[in-house]
Amino acid sequence: MPRGLTGSRIRARRMALCRTQRELASEVGISPAYLSLIEHDRRRIGGKLLGDIARRLGVPVGSLAEGIDSELVASLHHAVAGMPDIPVEADRAEEFSGRFPGWAELVAAQFRRIDDLERKVESLADRLAHDPDLAVSLHEVLNTATAIRSAASILVGTESIEDEWRDRFHRNIHEDSQRLAEAGQSLVSYLDVVENERKDPASPQEELERWLAARDHHVAGLELRSPTTVDALLAETPGMRSISGRALAGRYFERYRSDALRMPMPDFRDRAESLDFDPVALAGEFGVDLAAVLRRAAALPTPEGGGRIGLVTCDSSGTLTFRKPVDGFPLPRFGAACPLWPLFRALGRPFEPVRALVGIYGREPVRFLVYAVAQPQGKVGFHAPQVFEGTMLMLPADRVTFPDLPVLPAGTSCRICPSESCDARREMSILVEGG
Amino acid sequence: MCKRVLLIEDEHNIIQAIGFVLSRAGWTVHTHADGATAQAEVIRRAPDVVILDAMLPNRSGFDVLRDLRADPGTAALPVLMLTARGQKRDRELARRAGASHYMTKPFSNDEVLDCLRELTGK
Repeated sequence: MPRGLTGSRIRARRMALCRTQRELASEVGISPAYLSLIEHDRRRIGGKLLGDIARRLGVPVGSLAEGIDSELVASLHHAVAGMPDIPVEADRAEEFSGRFPGWAELVAAQFRRIDDLERKVESLADRLAHDPDLAVSLHEVLNTATAIRSAASILVGTESIEDEWRDRFHRNIHEDSQRLAEAGQSLVSYLDVVENERKDPASPQEELERWLAARDHHVAGLELRSPTTVDALLAETPGMRSISGRALAGRYFERYRSDALRMPMPDFRDRAESLDFDPVALAGEFGVDLAAVLRRAAALPTPEGGGRIGLVTCDSSGTLTFRKPVDGFPLPRFGAACPLWPLFRALGRPFEPVRALVGIYGREPVRFLVYAVAQPQGKVGFHAPQVFEGTMLMLPADRVTFPDLPVLPAGTSCRICPSESCDARREMSILVEGG
Repeated sequence: MCKRVLLIEDEHNIIQAIGFVLSRAGWTVHTHADGATAQAEVIRRAPDVVILDAMLPNRSGFDVLRDLRADPGTAALPVLMLTARGQKRDRELARRAGASHYMTKPFSNDEVLDCLRELTGK
């Protein structure tokens, strides 16, 4: 995404109109020095002042404010939140990402790497402490070693041991040494698996998301009339090495294929566009459930120059289980999302679809038409706890006509949310004092 | 007079080796291999000291030890706890369950003998 800078744009537009800083500054009621700071991207600008300047320069606010890489800025805020002891100029993250895009990418990438590594360490530590297979193997090794040690020192240290006992301990040592060899081997193969997983620090979910992102979430092989088998697809998916990553990808591909068979392209694309992505109408036409329509809409290839369609799913605990990111609607990489998302409203009332016009907090809120629904996950049955899966589709302004609805403000996650008063806030924001 | 030890452990070859060493050193050794019936066996045999493995089939050694400590008849009985995991967590569990002494596998024969002597003042 290009990173234009609001200040630079103001300056370029002002000079194109042959206006001086002094003139423009006095028209909007600020000092020329302050305007100069703004134009050099040393001061944040937004809200009313940006609106006033845009009006005086005869351009829409959007043309001045657009172009800030909100994903990058969100990552920078997360990075700041991860090191609360360092007094970072958090309110100048946008300026930083604009002035030093390369450095900003580096900070964001390092933050992601640190996060990945921390999670990996945690999961390895968890595994060493709680893995039942490992515990059994270690127990076996120590038990056989104990028996061998004890028997061997009897043979060496006991004078005048009866033949019967000597033979028995020889036999025991022989048996136990075989068991020890086997237990040792199983330990080694266990550690081999850990080693393989260690090489790629991404979680299985991230592996899959990365793989899908490289294909714009459109899996061509599964769109064919006689689709590629899931196994064949996995075979040509070298990015997904870990066992759990492949299992996750397998489930995703199965579902994708079943969606694709029921809603084939280009039929689905044509109907979706002529029905303005109305999921209820589409579900009726194709005879499928709402969540399937939402997933299918997110699998549409992004047209040249068009905005991407985003999708997230979550389980009953609200944990995000799948993310297809969309520009202007940053998704938290780990941890919980904004409770105001329609996704969670849908989770609170299963089967009942939710439609909302969401404005993501920011200097110039970016709006999305959002559909969400929660449906049962797994088998429905008596006596079993029924869990639900929430699915939420985010449609950007250029892909759909926005209905006349009040805008629902929402954010990414509390730690980097600028909202000053929010009943849903669960932790302080690094962007709001005393937030 | 010779003292009696009850060895509660489910590894057959460890039972044989430790049993042999203790008998040679003058102990009367009884053995038992099941966690669920271990407490009853302790009461039936009334040994001078118990060697108790932490990982037993049907009931863990920690639970058996807690049962023994809860019973006034066996509350003060010296118990040497054995475990195949030397983790701090297990040590702490054993201490809180009331182990008189704690030993991690693989231990040596002499360590076991020394420990039993110390526990019974023999």
